[in-house]
Amino acid sequence: MKKKDVIIVGAGPVGLFAVHQLGIKGLNAVVIDNLDKIGGQCIELYPDKPIYDIPGVPECTGKELTDKLLKQIKPFKTEFFLNERVDEVRQDNKVEWTVKTNKGNEFLSPNIIIAGGVGSFEPRKLPIKEAEKFEGKYLFYSVKNKDDFKGKNITVFGGGDSALDWALELSKFSKINLIHRRNEFRGAPHTLSELKKLEKEGKVLIKTPCQLDAIEGEENIKSITLKFDDGKVEKINTDIVLSFFGLTMKLGPIAEWGLNMEKKTIQVNSANFQTNKKGIFAVGDICSYPGKLKLILSGFHEVALASVECFKRARPNEKYRFEFTTASKTIQERLGKK
Amino acid sequence: MPKITYIDNEGNSKTIDVENGLSVMEGAIQNNIPGIDADCGGSMACATCHVYVEEKWLNKLPKAEDAEVDMIDMAFEPKKNSRLSCQLIVSDELNGLTVTTPSKQS
Repeated sequence: MKKKDVIIVGAGPVGLFAVHQLGIKGLNAVVIDNLDKIGGQCIELYPDKPIYDIPGVPECTGKELTDKLLKQIKPFKTEFFLNERVDEVRQDNKVEWTVKTNKGNEFLSPNIIIAGGVGSFEPRKLPIKEAEKFEGKYLFYSVKNKDDFKGKNITVFGGGDSALDWALELSKFSKINLIHRRNEFRGAPHTLSELKKLEKEGKVLIKTPCQLDAIEGEENIKSITLKFDDGKVEKINTDIVLSFFGLTMKLGPIAEWGLNMEKKTIQVNSANFQTNKKGIFAVGDICSYPGKLKLILSGFHEVALASVECFKRARPNEKYRFEFTTASKTIQERLGKK
Repeated sequence: MPKITYIDNEGNSKTIDVENGLSVMEGAIQNNIPGIDADCGGSMACATCHVYVEEKWLNKLPKAEDAEVDMIDMAFEPKKNSRLSCQLIVSDELNGLTVTTPSKQS
């Protein structure tokens, strides 16, 4: 069990800036996130889209903002636990919380900051009831080891980058059917021309505009049925189905932590962003209070205020002193500047 | 104020006055219309405010941008008349618009 001043749930921009605001106050933290990378929605949903409303930064992409925040918190040498979801939060004594992840890691802390966005990202599943039966064996929402797909008859669903990239990659050693609901694919020009070439060579069979209607098979997948826009139905043989329809956001276990919730958001006191449970804070998109705006810049303000209350709980015998980074030698030392 | 009608997948319908300038999604959220989740808050990043627009309105609405069409690819059971309600901005021209919500959003 690791003991920390604060446990931050969520490694998006607001979770990252929480590390900073806690760090300059001398508090240590760990960050836990269900995704395999740091950056939250900024990285998962819009890494290349420009953001125009970060104060002092006229324009930057989700990726750039994440990189800058990581640079800003580097002095604090914070430990990240990625690919891990917080499953359990319980109170073992009057002041401290125990947090347990799905990988069995346990943390003890007087403070938890939930910077969970809209919850954890999960692949969007195929809306077919037979899909579940084959999932993980013959139907996949991601490719972990491409060698598992050698010499198979593979059907790829989707029209974006992931679908196209994997169709191209796996076509090197497998037969590929690529299925999309529209005739247009969305990918890099190079990818699209490569795809056309492979189609001509007969290595990739493209079916559009159509959607999955059924999956047939007992133990394993034998075939799938496609329904075209004009109503025509076609059955094609396949061993493996790969589906790339992006990610959805699921609130997940947070809903069971006994917090006051309203429409998938956590109600907080906007003076310190504490929830109805003392020592549990919610910041960023997941919190709600009168006037709440789901902006990154609002999240930055929220963590600044929450970090003060975190200090009081983590250092009950010390007096909190408000300090400026421009004037405080202590802060500058913490930032490695002096 | 323009009237927008929301029909759920079982056929229950609710007509709401929605202020000009709000999105069809915001009109639904503010009036507790079920069936529209809008997880991302309207940034065209999630496809959980997906609706089917009544056919006769399809050509009257501003055309969907590429980014919206790409996101609709990710939606649950997209159809020809699929739109993201966060991208439909209410104006007097939209008075009488009817949208149907899918059986689920994700």
